[in-house]
Amino acid sequence: MRIRVGHLYPEYLNIYADRGNIAVLARRAALRGHELSVRAISRGDELRPGELDLLYIGGGQDREQALVAPDLAEKGPALAEAVAGGAALLAVCGGYQLLGRSYRGQDGSLMPGAGLFPLETVAGETRMIGDVLLECRLDGGEPRQLAGFENHAGRTLLDEGAQPLGRVLYGFGNDGVSGFEGCRVGAAIGTYLHGPLLPRNPWLADWLLARALAHASGGPPPALEPLDDTLEREAFRVAASRARERGGRR
Amino acid sequence: MLPVRLALETAAARAVARLSRGLGRGGGTTLPGKLLWRLDPSAVDALAARLPEGVVLLSATNGKTTTAAMCARVLGADRRLAWNRAGANLLSGVASALVGARKAELGLFEVDEAALPEAIARTRPRVVLLSNLFRDQLDRYGELEALAARWRTATASLDERATLVVNADDPVVAELGRGRERVVRFGLDDPRHAREGLQHAADSKYCVRCGAPYVYEAVYVGHLGDYRCPECGHARPELDVAARDVELRGTTGVRFRLVTPDGEGTVELPLPGLYNVYNALAAAALSSALGVAAPVLRSRLDGFGGAFGRFERIPVGGKRVVVLLVKNPAGANEALRTLETGVPRVLVLALNDAIADGRDVSWIWDVDFEPLLPHVERAVVTGARAAELGLRLVYGGLPDGRLEVIPDLERALDRGLELTEAGDDLVVLPTYTAMLALRGVLTARGHVAPYWEGGGR
Repeated sequence: MRIRVGHLYPEYLNIYADRGNIAVLARRAALRGHELSVRAISRGDELRPGELDLLYIGGGQDREQALVAPDLAEKGPALAEAVAGGAALLAVCGGYQLLGRSYRGQDGSLMPGAGLFPLETVAGETRMIGDVLLECRLDGGEPRQLAGFENHAGRTLLDEGAQPLGRVLYGFGNDGVSGFEGCRVGAAIGTYLHGPLLPRNPWLADWLLARALAHASGGPPPALEPLDDTLEREAFRVAASRARERGGRR
Repeated sequence: MLPVRLALETAAARAVARLSRGLGRGGGTTLPGKLLWRLDPSAVDALAARLPEGVVLLSATNGKTTTAAMCARVLGADRRLAWNRAGANLLSGVASALVGARKAELGLFEVDEAALPEAIARTRPRVVLLSNLFRDQLDRYGELEALAARWRTATASLDERATLVVNADDPVVAELGRGRERVVRFGLDDPRHAREGLQHAADSKYCVRCGAPYVYEAVYVGHLGDYRCPECGHARPELDVAARDVELRGTTGVRFRLVTPDGEGTVELPLPGLYNVYNALAAAALSSALGVAAPVLRSRLDGFGGAFGRFERIPVGGKRVVVLLVKNPAGANEALRTLETGVPRVLVLALNDAIADGRDVSWIWDVDFEPLLPHVERAVVTGARAAELGLRLVYGGLPDGRLEVIPDLERALDRGLELTEAGDDLVVLPTYTAMLALRGVLTARGHVAPYWEGGGR
């Protein structure tokens, strides 16, 4: 089956090796006989909600974020419609912040967000940098872990009742105090974790692929055939041990 | 005479250096400086001010150590240098070099990008050479734009008699020379070596003055090249020092015509890649700014064999280990590009994640491994993050069955050598601390001298 992927602003938001996440999705889809067809969606391009099964938005430096923020805010309603229709989405770091309601800079400036995630981000004085380990329970199933690296000045505050991606075992997470990391709305996931995230956390790549396939087929998320993830497990093991040894906080 | 306090401090620092070497704890390159720096940071100012020919500083994301070694070869023939040759480039490393070099006449210091403002404030340099800014270790340096802003403030504070030497091909760096009287600009002038476009995840793509995307006449390395802004007209400035007719010979070396304000002629280096042409240009521009005549400059640059650990060809039992240090996407891409003309059958890639390597290893995904991978017969990945690097290659298209994951560096090196046929090169691409460790192995086996005995040749 063909999975239609919209990669938002790849020429602006690519600071944390975001193509690694796309490469993982493409290969893991291909190994199961599916094809990822990735299209760049940039400033001024139209985003047609029903025509995308998976959306991706990466991180950028402040300057690049400011350049795309107004355009992304305009795409907000279309993004919300896509996610409400079951499309999967992964937003990392800067892209995650921009999908909230707003980002307030240190100088007091207010950058509008797309409003997909029920949260606000405020720039802090220090950056939160380091290895992170999370525990997630995405569909009420067994708890699973995610290992990544975070580097952000923004403190992200979830609205009351908003669903985080996971709990911080080691590292800072959204704001360094709440113990929450990321946000989830439907099959849309926002997170500060890069590394990139998906190579060493293949279960999340498969979770996103299954939801994208469900959207493409109109059926339920299929069970994906297991792959040999020996190397992925080893990379996760080392990354997780780094978070335990030197994560920002407990 | 040194003031009494300073004399005591430097004597104590020198004793520490001797002790460090005596205990076999490395070259004592940073310890004495760290001590002096701790005791009295202003000692750096005082020691620098005593140098009769003053101080020159150089900084860049990539090429600092190689460029400094080239400068030392050109400038050191006529004068005694205080030079931080082993690349200890924080203020404590500068302090060590100042302490260690008695009767030095000129200070030649490579300086960490983030340490440049303080180095300028303390050493009051007569020449500052700035070569490039690429994204590098975001966990340590932060965003490139923030670093550029600090460089702008620091260069604006320079004495107006000081000369600024800038790479005209890097828009952010070239702009630092705007409005200054004493500026020397260098760049590459050979569109035959232009890349097809900007590398993946290139930096500084947008005009420093108006934010519109640049149009490139030629892209040479990363975002370095001959650029022009279609909106406001900001363009690469005229070159005072240039390289033309560049000939690249894979990992063997380069040859080019060096054009300086007072002459031109051919230079040959046994160092690979356009990035080493940039390093040579930077060294030539700096030396020319200090008054070294063109023919002298060329003859001293010619044949320069490389700086400690950056690029080395080490004979090991009828084979050669070719070490190309990789630190960030731009540098790694250039290292890989030198392999394009003759892709090695066997590659050893080493990824560590200590602070000096960058704790965040995501940068490996910004390296363009893809064109090389289908041609590599065996890739041995090693280091603390070997598995992560293995994933990078697998997801980048390395055919099945060609990957070996051996986290232990020494075992990986031996495996690489075992896979290499007699008379062949084994190409090794390590990050900084992996390079040190591998070099340690080769030193222990007697293949290479330790770095404080003048290594790097």
